[in-house]
Amino acid sequence: MMPLIEIRMTVNGREYGGRVESRLTLADFLRNELNLTGTHLGCEHGVCGACTILVDGEAVRSCLLLAVQADGATLMTVEGLADGDELHPLQAAFQENHALQCGFCTPGFLMTAYALLRDNPNPSESEVRQGIGGNICRCTGYAPIIRAIQQTGTV
Amino acid sequence: MKPAKFDYYAPVARDEALGLLGQHGYDAKALAGGQSLMPMMNLRLARPAVVVDINRVAGLSGIDSGESGMTIGAMTRQRDLERSAEVRERFPLIAAAVPHIAHFQIRNRGTVGGSLAHSDPAAEIPALCLALDAEITAASSRGERTIAAGDFSLGLLTTALEPDELLTEVRLPWLDSDGESQWRWGFREVCRRDGDFALVGAIALLRLDGDNVCREARIAMFGVGDGPARIPGAEAALVGRAVDADARAEAAGLVSQAVDPGSDIHASAEYRKEVSGVMARRALEDAVSG
Repeated sequence: MMPLIEIRMTVNGREYGGRVESRLTLADFLRNELNLTGTHLGCEHGVCGACTILVDGEAVRSCLLLAVQADGATLMTVEGLADGDELHPLQAAFQENHALQCGFCTPGFLMTAYALLRDNPNPSESEVRQGIGGNICRCTGYAPIIRAIQQTGTV
Repeated sequence: MKPAKFDYYAPVARDEALGLLGQHGYDAKALAGGQSLMPMMNLRLARPAVVVDINRVAGLSGIDSGESGMTIGAMTRQRDLERSAEVRERFPLIAAAVPHIAHFQIRNRGTVGGSLAHSDPAAEIPALCLALDAEITAASSRGERTIAAGDFSLGLLTTALEPDELLTEVRLPWLDSDGESQWRWGFREVCRRDGDFALVGAIALLRLDGDNVCREARIAMFGVGDGPARIPGAEAALVGRAVDADARAEAAGLVSQAVDPGSDIHASAEYRKEVSGVMARRALEDAVSG
């Protein structure tokens, strides 16, 4: 079998490195090697959206990328949203609108909404519904999430 | 779950990638966008001994308009098709269909070549290629060959690609409108939720003259068999006549008769057969009115 592979990447503005097995997913690398456990893993086959992060600016499923594929990439995870103790406006809007209960799906929703609002500021309700179609919430329901995203408007 | 162990290569040159596929044959899998292969590996439905990641191979992506048609590199992301003004202008059918592929996070990674090579029977891109008479280029260390879209799908998740071959690009001939006739299109699919795999999908392409008389017809169905399928009987029923409501209903009936879908947890065979006719009829309506 192959030796461990050396990788480097920028996550939330900070440089990280590691030596990984080829089969390690990016999501597991973030959680288990970098201790960035804000990224959650639900289904591990690209259906639930909980592990959504930005890779080189685009929202993707981090369970469907290998850590080695992100060598040299610039990533943003949910930990990159808040400014110290100050919540990002999107996070504040989620709190204000009760857009989460258990919070498991929230990191994926936040990163999806971030990409959505960056590409399409002040989206209509149906555009938001379409945009979050790839993220599953099993307790809060989608109405407060949609309200929070619309209220935020831009990022 | 997590993928089983594999040897990983990330070649940057095309020849290197082809060499690796040639060397490892059936043991190797090319990793494109990973939106089908990675789930299968995470679920251990696929356990390739060797993964050849082609994301860093130069020259495999891009959209180029030439004299006779548009060439789309295999590693072109579905999202790039969706955002391309060139695609929207020259192939509005593709621009209309691509947003139906899964969700935008998936389209950010998923590729044109990957979707073709994976060959899911409910996928949009193989059906579009079939409807648009695409030519698919497969390269190996032995050389290059062109495969007509109609010869590409060999059944469920099975294509004409040999284990040492890499799909490198797709060429779509222009739909030429002459002074007397014009190509029109319709695209319809049905699924329970946005982003799900299509239960049934229909693509209609009609070359209509000034009196709405059909000179050429192509109807491609997907989600209703082992791969996308043209319906020659329904196409023939439209050629040479005005595509009015009667003609559309007749063609739709022939589509419904011709398809032989299976049942699964998402829909019964009877439902798919019935809805095939409905989707085909609506795609034809869109083509005529659009």
